[in-house]
Amino acid sequence: MGKELKRIVATDCGSTTTKAILIEKREEGYRLVARGEAPTTVEKPFEDVTVGVRNAVQELEELTGLTLLEDTEDEVKFVRPMQDPRTGTDIYVSTSSAGGGLQMLVAGVVKSMTAESAARAALGAGAIVMETIASNDGRLPHERIALVRRLRPDMILLAGGTDGGTVKHVVELAELIRAADPKPRFGSTYRLPVIYAGNKDAREEIQKILGDHVDLYIVDNIRPVLEMENLGPAREKIHDLFMEHVMQQAPGYNKLMAMTDAPIMPTPGAVGYLVERVAREYNLQVVGVDIGGATTDVFSVFLNPDGEPVFNRTVSANLGMSYSISNVMVEAGMENIMRWVPFEMNEADVQNRIRNKMIRPTTIPQTLEALIIEQAIAREALRLAFEHHKAMAVTLRGVQQARDISEAFTQTGTGQTLVNLMALNLLIGSGGVLSHAPRRVQSALMMLDAFQPEGITDLTVDSIFMMPHLGVLAKVNEKAAMEVFFRDCLVQIGTSVSPVGLAKQGKPCLKATLTYPDGHTEQLELSFGEIRRIPLPEGQTLRAVLEPARGFDLGEGRGKTVEAELKGGVVGVIFDCRGRPLQIPEKPAERVELLSRWVEALDVYPLERYRELVRTLEQGHTLGTLGA
Amino acid sequence: MAHAYTPGLKVAERTVIVKERRLPLKGEVRVKEGDRVRAEDVVARTELPGNVVPVNMSGLLAVPPEEVPTVMVKKVGDTVQKGEVLAESKGLFGFLFKRTVTSPITGTVESISEVTGQVMLREPPIPVEILAYVNGRVARIIPGEGVVVITVGSFIQGIFGIGGEVLGTLKVVVDRPEEPLTEDRIPGDAKGKILVGGSVVTARALRKAREAGAVGVVVGGIDSGELKAFMGRDIGVAITGNEEVGLTLMITEGFSEIPMASRTFALFKKLEGRSASMNGATQIRAGVIRPEVIVSEPDAEIPEVHEEEEVRVGRLEPGRVVRVIRAPYFGEIGTVLDVPPEPTRIETEATVRVVKLRLSSGEEVIVPRANIELIEEA
Repeated sequence: MGKELKRIVATDCGSTTTKAILIEKREEGYRLVARGEAPTTVEKPFEDVTVGVRNAVQELEELTGLTLLEDTEDEVKFVRPMQDPRTGTDIYVSTSSAGGGLQMLVAGVVKSMTAESAARAALGAGAIVMETIASNDGRLPHERIALVRRLRPDMILLAGGTDGGTVKHVVELAELIRAADPKPRFGSTYRLPVIYAGNKDAREEIQKILGDHVDLYIVDNIRPVLEMENLGPAREKIHDLFMEHVMQQAPGYNKLMAMTDAPIMPTPGAVGYLVERVAREYNLQVVGVDIGGATTDVFSVFLNPDGEPVFNRTVSANLGMSYSISNVMVEAGMENIMRWVPFEMNEADVQNRIRNKMIRPTTIPQTLEALIIEQAIAREALRLAFEHHKAMAVTLRGVQQARDISEAFTQTGTGQTLVNLMALNLLIGSGGVLSHAPRRVQSALMMLDAFQPEGITDLTVDSIFMMPHLGVLAKVNEKAAMEVFFRDCLVQIGTSVSPVGLAKQGKPCLKATLTYPDGHTEQLELSFGEIRRIPLPEGQTLRAVLEPARGFDLGEGRGKTVEAELKGGVVGVIFDCRGRPLQIPEKPAERVELLSRWVEALDVYPLERYRELVRTLEQGHTLGTLGA
Repeated sequence: MAHAYTPGLKVAERTVIVKERRLPLKGEVRVKEGDRVRAEDVVARTELPGNVVPVNMSGLLAVPPEEVPTVMVKKVGDTVQKGEVLAESKGLFGFLFKRTVTSPITGTVESISEVTGQVMLREPPIPVEILAYVNGRVARIIPGEGVVVITVGSFIQGIFGIGGEVLGTLKVVVDRPEEPLTEDRIPGDAKGKILVGGSVVTARALRKAREAGAVGVVVGGIDSGELKAFMGRDIGVAITGNEEVGLTLMITEGFSEIPMASRTFALFKKLEGRSASMNGATQIRAGVIRPEVIVSEPDAEIPEVHEEEEVRVGRLEPGRVVRVIRAPYFGEIGTVLDVPPEPTRIETEATVRVVKLRLSSGEEVIVPRANIELIEEA
C-alpha cells in the first residue's frame, strides 16, 4: 500500500449487526465521515455474510451520496480504487465475529478437575462453552452422544487424565465422540476439529479412535499432574483453528475474503491488535472492555516485571447485558447487584426483570428505575469480567502455573496478575451499556465502580464501536487508524484521580491545587467518601499538584505529593475519594444514602426525577412490578 | 435498522408447519416420501453404540499386558453373555491354579489392548427412534438421517420453556387467562395431558402436575424463584430443552405473573381435548429457537410446499395491535396511534425511536419501539 489512501471503507460483521464506516483523508488528517449498519446475514434465509455488508455499505452511500459499490445483481463488489471524489474507495477491510463467535463443547474425565480445566482453556481462548461433558456428570452414554450430536459445536476440546494415569475414561470419552460423529455448525464439507489435551499415554488410543473420524489435533495435557494446569497449548490451538478453520466456514465468508484488501480479522483480535498498537505507540498501560449482549471482552497491556509491555485478552463468554444477563445474576449473586442500586427494591422483582431481559434481549429501559437497575447489573458484569481477566493476565505466561495439592481442589487462580491499577493510564469502555448511556458520566461511574482504577487514569468510551475496524485498518495503514482512533473513535470522558487508602467517612483525603489553562488557580480539599467533578472541556488540560493525606497513595507512596497534567473531557476531572477498595455499606439505608450522595455529586441522573423515584420506592410503592 | 421492534411470537390457528426430524447419528429412515405419518410414528431409527465396560484383564489374571491376547477365550468381535468366560490363565502345568475371568455384561468384545492390558466390552447397541412428532406427510427424506414432515395445524410459540418434546392431550385448567395455575387446579386425570393455565404457575403446582402424570404445562408467566425451586437450579444462559425435570414447560409471556395473551388463551380453549406436540427447547441467540405447541390435523389437505411459509412480519403502522414487552407497561396490549419518524427523548434521557399507543385501559402512552412486539394477525 505505497499510495496514499484517500478513502477507506471498513466493516465489522458482528453476530447480529454489520457495521460499516467510511474514512477519508482531510486537511487535518484521516477522519470518520459516515457510518451505516444492517443486520448480519449469516443465518437463513440469506446465509451469506456479504449481503449484510452490501446493505451496510449502501447505507454509507445513502448518507454521503457517494458511489462505493459496483452496480451488480448478485456479487458485492467495491469500486476500487477511488475513481473521482464521488466514486469508489481505495481500500476495503473487514473484521468478523458473525455466527455467534466460537462455540465449543468441552469434555473431561472428572467434572471438577480436567473437565473444568478444559472449560477454562476454552473460555480463555474466547469460546462460548456450550456444554461440559464429564465421565462423572451423571448422564448415560447415549445421552452424552445425543448431546454432542445435537449441539453442533465449532470445535471440541477433549481432556482427561493426568500424564501416566489411567487412560480408560478419556478413551471412553473419545469413543463416545466417535459414536456421536458430530457435525460442525457450519456446513458438512469439513470434519469437526477436535483438540486432544489429555493424558499423553492415551494419545495413541485417541488417534486410533478419532483419527479417521474427526480433524484431530493433539497438544500437551492441560492437567499433566493434578496440581498443575497448563492451558497455554490448548488455548493457542483453539485460536489457530478458529482462524484457519471455523471462520472460513461462516456462510459467504469465502466471498468476503475475496473482497477485502487485507486478511479478515476476528473482531476481538482486531480490537486487541489496536489496543496493543496504541499502548506501544504512546507508551501507555491500557485496559479496554467491550460489554456486549452475550459476552464481555477485556483487553489489557501492562508492563511485566522486566518492563516489557504484555498484551492479554480474555473473553467472559457468559457475561453480557442481554442473552447472558441472567448468568450475571447467577454468577454475581443478587446482593452484589443490589449494592449498586440506590434505592430499596424487591429482589424477586429484580430477578424477574433480569430474566425478562434475557428472553427479550432487544428491549431497552424506558424508565429511570429500569435504567438504574440495568447499569447496576452492568457494573457486576464488568467487575466479574475484569476479575476473570486479572486471573488470566498473569506473570510467567506460557510457563506452567503451579498449584499445590490443596489449591488443586479449591481451584484458586495462580500466578501474579499483571494488572496494575495504579499504573493504568487509559481505560476504554465500549459496548451498548457504556457507549449508549444517556449521560457520559454514567459510563464514567460504571467504569470507576467496576474497575476501581487507582491514581490518575484517562477515562474514554468508543461510542460507536469502531475499534474493530481501526484494528484491521492498522494492519494496512497504522497512521490512518491511529488518527481516527484519537480524533473520532475515542470520546474523552475525562480523568479520574483516585487515592488508594481507607479512612473514616469525612476525614481528610486529598488536597489539590489546580492551575487552569488561563492561568487561574483553584484549591480543593476533599474528604474521604467524597466524589467530585470539576468541569474541564475536551482538549484542555490543567496542571495539578495533588497532596494525598497521610495513608493515601496516588502512585508515589502514601502521603506523597504528585504533580500531573489532567485531561478534560465531556465530564471533566473526577476526584474519586471514595476509597480503594471501594466501600459500600451493607445496611440498605446507609447504602442508599451514600449512593444517592454520589449520584447527586456527579449529577449522574436527572436529579428531580431521581429524588422522586427514591422517595416513592422508600414509601414502598414499587413501580412497574410486572418485570422490566 | 429496518425493524427495531420484535416481530412477535407466532400464534396461528391454521398454518403450514414444517419439521425436520433427524437422528442423532446416521441410521435407517423407515418411511417414504409422501407417506402419511402420525405424531407417534417412528420415522427413523438407529442404534447407538452401547456402553463400553473396561475389564482390567492384565491385573485380574496377573499377566503382563502383552500376554493378555494369549489368555483370551473370546476374541475381538465375539459376542459374550454375562457370566460367560472371557479369559483363562494357563495355570501351572496347564491345569493347576487356572484362573478365569467372566464377562460382567452381555455384549461384544470391542478391543484387547496389549499396551494397557485392558479389554473393552461393549454392551448391545441402544436403539434410538425418532418420532414424526406431528401428524402430517413426509415431504422429504434426508438419506440416512431423517425426514422432513409437513403438516397443517395450529402453531403456538412461547417465549421461554424447559424440557424436550412430548405428546399429550390439551386440557385447559383455568377459566380465565388472568387466573394463576395453582396446586388445587391440577386435575386428577392429568396423566398424559398438557395442562394450560393462566397467568402464572407455582413450583408446587408443577410438582403436583408431574406427580399426576401431566407431560406438559403451558402458562403465561412464572416467577423466577419458582422456576428455580422447581428445577433445583438457576438458569444462566437461555439454552434449554435438555432439562430432565419430568415435564415440559412453556411460558407464553415472560417471568412474573402475566395473564396469557387472550388470543393465545382463546386458541387453547378452542383446541382443548386435541392431541398436541410440545417442545420446551429455547435458544435465545443467533438462530433463535422458541418453545412451541403444535396441534396438527391428521387428515388435513396439505399443500405441496416444501418450505415453511415466510413469517409475515407486517408493518408497524397506526391501527396495528401490539404488545408491550417491557416495563412500565409490560404485558399490556395497545393499538398503534402514531409512529413518529423522529427519535424522541424518553424518561431515561435516551433519544430513541418510539411509538404512540392506546392501551386497553384507554390511556395513551409513548413506548420505545424496541419494547413492543407485533401481534401476528391470524
